[in-house]
This record gives sequence, C-alpha cells and structure tokens, in this order.
Amino acid sequence: MLLIHCPYCEEERPEMEFRHAGEAHLERPKNIAEISDEAFAAYFFYRDNPKGVVFERWRHLHGCARFFNAARDTVSDKFLTTYKAGQPKPDLVGAANMNIPAKSGKSGK
Amino acid sequence: MVEATTLQRTLPLEGRVSSGPRVTIRPAPTAQRVSLRASADAVSAVSKGLGVDLPITPKQSARAGARAVLWLGPDEWLVIEEGERDLLADLGRAKALYSAVDVSHRNTAIVVSGPAAADTLNAGCPQDLSLEAFPVGACSRTVLGKIEIVLYRTAEDVFRVECWRSFSQYAFAFLAEAARAR
Repeated sequence: MLLIHCPYCEEERPEMEFRHAGEAHLERPKNIAEISDEAFAAYFFYRDNPKGVVFERWRHLHGCARFFNAARDTVSDKFLTTYKAGQPKPDLVGAANMNIPAKSGKSGK
Repeated sequence: MVEATTLQRTLPLEGRVSSGPRVTIRPAPTAQRVSLRASADAVSAVSKGLGVDLPITPKQSARAGARAVLWLGPDEWLVIEEGERDLLADLGRAKALYSAVDVSHRNTAIVVSGPAAADTLNAGCPQDLSLEAFPVGACSRTVLGKIEIVLYRTAEDVFRVECWRSFSQYAFAFLAEAARAR
C-alpha cells in the first residue's frame, strides 16, 4: 500500500485515507465576470496532465480532513514531497529519480 | 386517552457481544459527544471551560476523569463524556468563538479488547497499531473496511471504535467476523 505523508498529521498514513483533489496552484482570475469564454475555459476546464512531476491537491479525507498539496511523479507514482495548502511550490531540484515533464502545449512549463 | 409514557433510549447494538479467547467486542455505554471546532486563539478558553487541555499534537488525546478530548485535525476535536457532567453546559462557559455540535446520538461506540484487539482491527484498518506508532492514548480518524471510524486506544489491549450509528451493525459484524480468525 502507498503511504502518503500528511503535513498536518505529520506522519505517513495509508493511501486509503486520502482522496485526490485535482491540480494544485490554480489561481481564480480576480475579474472572473469580465474574462473571455476562452480564458474562462482555460482556467476552469483545461488541465496540463503531463507525464512526470505534477503538483496536485490531495485531501486527508478519512484523517484530519485537511486539503494539502503534493508533488507526485505520474510515471513512478512516487510522492516527491507534500506541503500545507497555501505554501508556494517547493523547489524540487535534486529530488531523487524525478522525471522532468515534457513541455506541454498550453503553458510550456 | 393517551397515557403518559417515558421513552426508553436504546443503543443500536444493545446486548450484542462477541467474545473469544483472545478478543472481546462489545458496545460501549451511552456517552455525551461533541464535535468541536476552534481556532488556535480559542483553544485556551475552550480548554478552561471543558476542564481538559485540548491536545494540539496530531493523534493525541487528553483525559480528565470521565471526559476525553480527541485530536482529529488542526482545529477539530471529538469530546466524549462518559460521566454525568453536562458537556454542553461546561462548554457554554468558554468565552470564545468556537463551534460545538452535539453528536451524542450520531455516534455509537464499540469496545474491542483483548490481546488480539489490534490484530482484529487491522483486518479492516490500514494504520500501524503497534504500541510504538499508536501508543495508549493515541486517537485518529481512519477507516475500518468500508466505513469511517474514530479509533482511540484507551489501554494497551483496549480500543474504542467510534462510528456512526447507522454504520454500527456493519462495524460490529465486521469486527466479529475478523475476531473469528484471531
């Protein structure tokens, strides 16, 4: 079973207690009523889905019930790190065995 | 004519017991329970009202007499009062902004005891229940089979399983079945 480190419970807990909650670090446009349909669609519907390291929201649903963020490698399913909601993206240079995502069409990360 | 009657409250698992040589499963007596949410600046006032210091370390509980406070999340606790003192009245004396919801009858509890108690729970609970990882007094919201429970270790070989009333038949049957193999 996969163990996931919960930054609020401060320990590794079984995967069964967690739920995936989509891509992390999406910022809601402040002028949401004024943006074009295309810009709204890009914010609301389109996600990167790269092969490699992704930043995701997870929720410790059957534990402390808190949302937090995680960096996970979609190739190896390895969690590189987890951190509390609201904290900035961690610098992952040097993380073991990480696969750098190929450049995606949308954001060109 | 309608006769005046006193309604008798019954526990959902009234009278059920499953006992074997190494583990016994029985329903816990009635208790008052409060689901408590409070931010960090209200913790000391609420602790004073309750008469128990709210634990602020993950997975820890605090106990004073018949009252136990279980840490569930960074701003969330489950308070269990097994004695006669009025839990909500005590909380009402706390001068702070917090939320306390009486869940006495939403939850019911099952006590699993005996040398094979941890093994029995591990049939459906994925957490490490060794004494190093889950010492006496440790508590956690977690899963048991298909349901969510709050697990509280009250002694080395005694666990209290708090589950929702409507899930209690499933929880009891699951534990009794698991105990057969221990």
